[in-house]
Amino acid sequence: MDRDRRALTAAAVALPLAFLLVFFAWPLAAILERSLVADGMLELPLDVLGDETTREVAWFTLWQAVVSTVLCLAAGLPLAWALGRFRFRGRSLVEALVLVPFVLPTVVVAAAFLALLPDGVERSLWAILLAHVFFNVAVVVRVVGTFWAGLDPRLEEAAATLGATPRERWRHVTLPLLAPSLASAASIVFLFCFTSFGVIVVLGGIRYATLESEIYNQAARLFDLRTAAALALVQLAAVALTVLVSGRLERRLSTRLRPPRPRARATGRERVGVVAVVAVSLGLLALPLAALGRRALSVGDGYGLDHFRSLAEETPALLVVPWHAVANSLLFASLATVIALAVGIPAAIAVARGRGGLDALVMLPLGASAAMLGFGFLLAFDAPPLELRGSTLLVPLAQSLVAMPFVVRTLAPALRAADPRLREAAAVLGASPGRVRLLVDLPLLARPLAVATALAFAVALGEFGATVFVSRADWPTVPVAIFRFLGRPGEANVGTAMALSAVLAVLVALVAVSSERALAGRRS
Amino acid sequence: MTDRHNVGLELDGIGVTVDGRRIVSDVSLAIEPGERLALLGPSGSGKTTVLRAIAGLLRPTTGRVRLGGRDVTDAPPYRRGVGLVFQDAALFPHRDVAGNVGFGPQIEGLADAARSERVRRALALVGLSGAEQRDPLTLSGGEAQRVALARALASRPAVLLLDEPLGALDGPLRLRLQHDLRALFEQLALTVVHVTHDVGEAFALGDRIAILREGRLAQVATPDELWARPADDWVARFLGMRNVVVTGGRAAVVRPEAVSVVSGDDAVVVSAQRDGPVVRLVVRRDDGQELEAVTTGLTHPEPGARVAVEINPGGKLEVPVWREEHVSD
Repeated sequence: MDRDRRALTAAAVALPLAFLLVFFAWPLAAILERSLVADGMLELPLDVLGDETTREVAWFTLWQAVVSTVLCLAAGLPLAWALGRFRFRGRSLVEALVLVPFVLPTVVVAAAFLALLPDGVERSLWAILLAHVFFNVAVVVRVVGTFWAGLDPRLEEAAATLGATPRERWRHVTLPLLAPSLASAASIVFLFCFTSFGVIVVLGGIRYATLESEIYNQAARLFDLRTAAALALVQLAAVALTVLVSGRLERRLSTRLRPPRPRARATGRERVGVVAVVAVSLGLLALPLAALGRRALSVGDGYGLDHFRSLAEETPALLVVPWHAVANSLLFASLATVIALAVGIPAAIAVARGRGGLDALVMLPLGASAAMLGFGFLLAFDAPPLELRGSTLLVPLAQSLVAMPFVVRTLAPALRAADPRLREAAAVLGASPGRVRLLVDLPLLARPLAVATALAFAVALGEFGATVFVSRADWPTVPVAIFRFLGRPGEANVGTAMALSAVLAVLVALVAVSSERALAGRRS
Repeated sequence: MTDRHNVGLELDGIGVTVDGRRIVSDVSLAIEPGERLALLGPSGSGKTTVLRAIAGLLRPTTGRVRLGGRDVTDAPPYRRGVGLVFQDAALFPHRDVAGNVGFGPQIEGLADAARSERVRRALALVGLSGAEQRDPLTLSGGEAQRVALARALASRPAVLLLDEPLGALDGPLRLRLQHDLRALFEQLALTVVHVTHDVGEAFALGDRIAILREGRLAQVATPDELWARPADDWVARFLGMRNVVVTGGRAAVVRPEAVSVVSGDDAVVVSAQRDGPVVRLVVRRDDGQELEAVTTGLTHPEPGARVAVEINPGGKLEVPVWREEHVSD
């Protein structure tokens, strides 16, 4: 039986490893080859790296990510406080709503900010920063809020009896105690903003470009694959450095998540604070979505369903009727979910059994950034041995790669938390290993599995950065279609883009909220 | 470290209602400067709530709190000058021992030299000299509790509040720390309110004991008075007396040390259990009544032995019967 187990573990490691090797490592290698090798000789792309434009783009990428991160922390902390510390009616619903922006497709968020911001500033630096904050507030609320819930409230009380005012308590006790979670949240948000793509290509106009959007620009518009590959190299190095630094930082601050304590009911001034924070935050988060809905419904001076009707009409912007993009998206996302689960479940089992290296490996696609993956696919699967050029399969494959880390991240902790004593108890009670799996493991994992499936589906539905590189013109997904419409002049095109965005937003939000409810149900 | 002690504490009709539930009702207590009061009660009796109201961590729904004659009911905890020690120390994990003990002095704005002098003296008081650089996570339970005490003392509190300070510790360590605390309180002449559910600890550390039952005071008395004259049958049982017989509206209580087991043939020994220097015997008289007796000495009758029981009339008393209806309204 022990040998069986070992064989099973080996299989659990082998499958995701092989998948990552073919669909992640190889595309990456293709990028490296394209950027570093010329005529069979090693040649550093010094001309690209030293170029004025490259330096400007890299500098902008860096500082917009830093500013976005700082703004995001400031915007997310009050909500993290309210949700982490207190219990109140509708708390889990608020938690679910806050998560919605995070799972919304980047292109939809960008479209929403186009609809929200007045003419003239809708494609500007502020638009980019605000969109980044909108998106990533959920990360801060989640990471910091969960950590906050585990802090012992008596530490603040002890400080209070020792003479510390609320401000002094925040500075000397709460803030230092939260530091690990702040560092953790900041590094995630920074990474997302650094590799931001959809927001930049839509809201950045022609003035603002990040490394990510410039890779797309060089590869897909200017067909300069070598420059694109060189930029990808810079991006890869920067991302690796971020992961390394944040990992070191987190270890030094020793992030140790404590189990949440029972949340207190807010009293007196706290109650006012909680109500205000929740109301203002939800209001601000709802604003862009409301603007999107309004824009999708406005026709001329009034309102109507014209833009939604236009989804069924032929258009010069696409080779197909826009409505088909929705069907394509659902099909591709379903396929991607199946692949992500098929690869992610064994990976999660291996990670839960302590194959630490795999954990980092599985998370890599997330850090490597979507557009880079798409670009890598373009380079790697363009020629034998694995020629998939023009294959519609590339889209779900790319999407599954982006979705898989979410599957692993959701399942591995649940697998790890499954108390081995429960299985031992079942075994002692006479259950065979098969029955243990059926009667104990499966019910325990049913909910996390549902959450992982929903999350993977939502991520695949909204995937844009990789998809835009590999999708065929006659098989567009919704995000790609939105991007095409927004890139064309004219009121009608914008209207159609908004209608498509609204459809996608509703789809994804439904999936996300249902998964969040599943999670909430598990806790109670 | 002793310039702010000796302040009296007065609770005047304290009541606390949380979510419509009454946790504490009408608790009035006057604690003299330098007095040590043990707040004793079973879990859920509201003793920690009273302590939090004194510290200012909770605002009582009714009643006033006065410290040294000053009404502090509306003052936040950081303006009260009370020290609070939690059950499991609640040390700041991000600061070393010196950082914990020096927290109060730091907030006061003391210069580095004065602060470390305060830390040194506070640590010396609790017998942990030289522990400044240690990480709180490496301390044993007893050490952590001493550091928590030093942290509270270093702020020179007017009143020291202890919430089950020995609750997380085990047997022998608990007794030693209990002894140390007693010596320290006497040395500092501090006003102390000490919450505990342990009768022995209350007897050991309290000049007076206030017994809290379902949010109300059941009795306030010195340990001797309490043992001599429990307010009712519930208090008698709570103090550990087993010879309580309720008949009608009165309860007959016989203190175990007033029961002597002698040679004879009108009772049988049910059990004999050594508790340190004394032996607790349970005997059943032939009329069916069971009695607990306490004897000293190295030998004692074994279970099953036929004996006789004599009761010293001075150890018999009659007390009212407490009925739960009294507080449920």
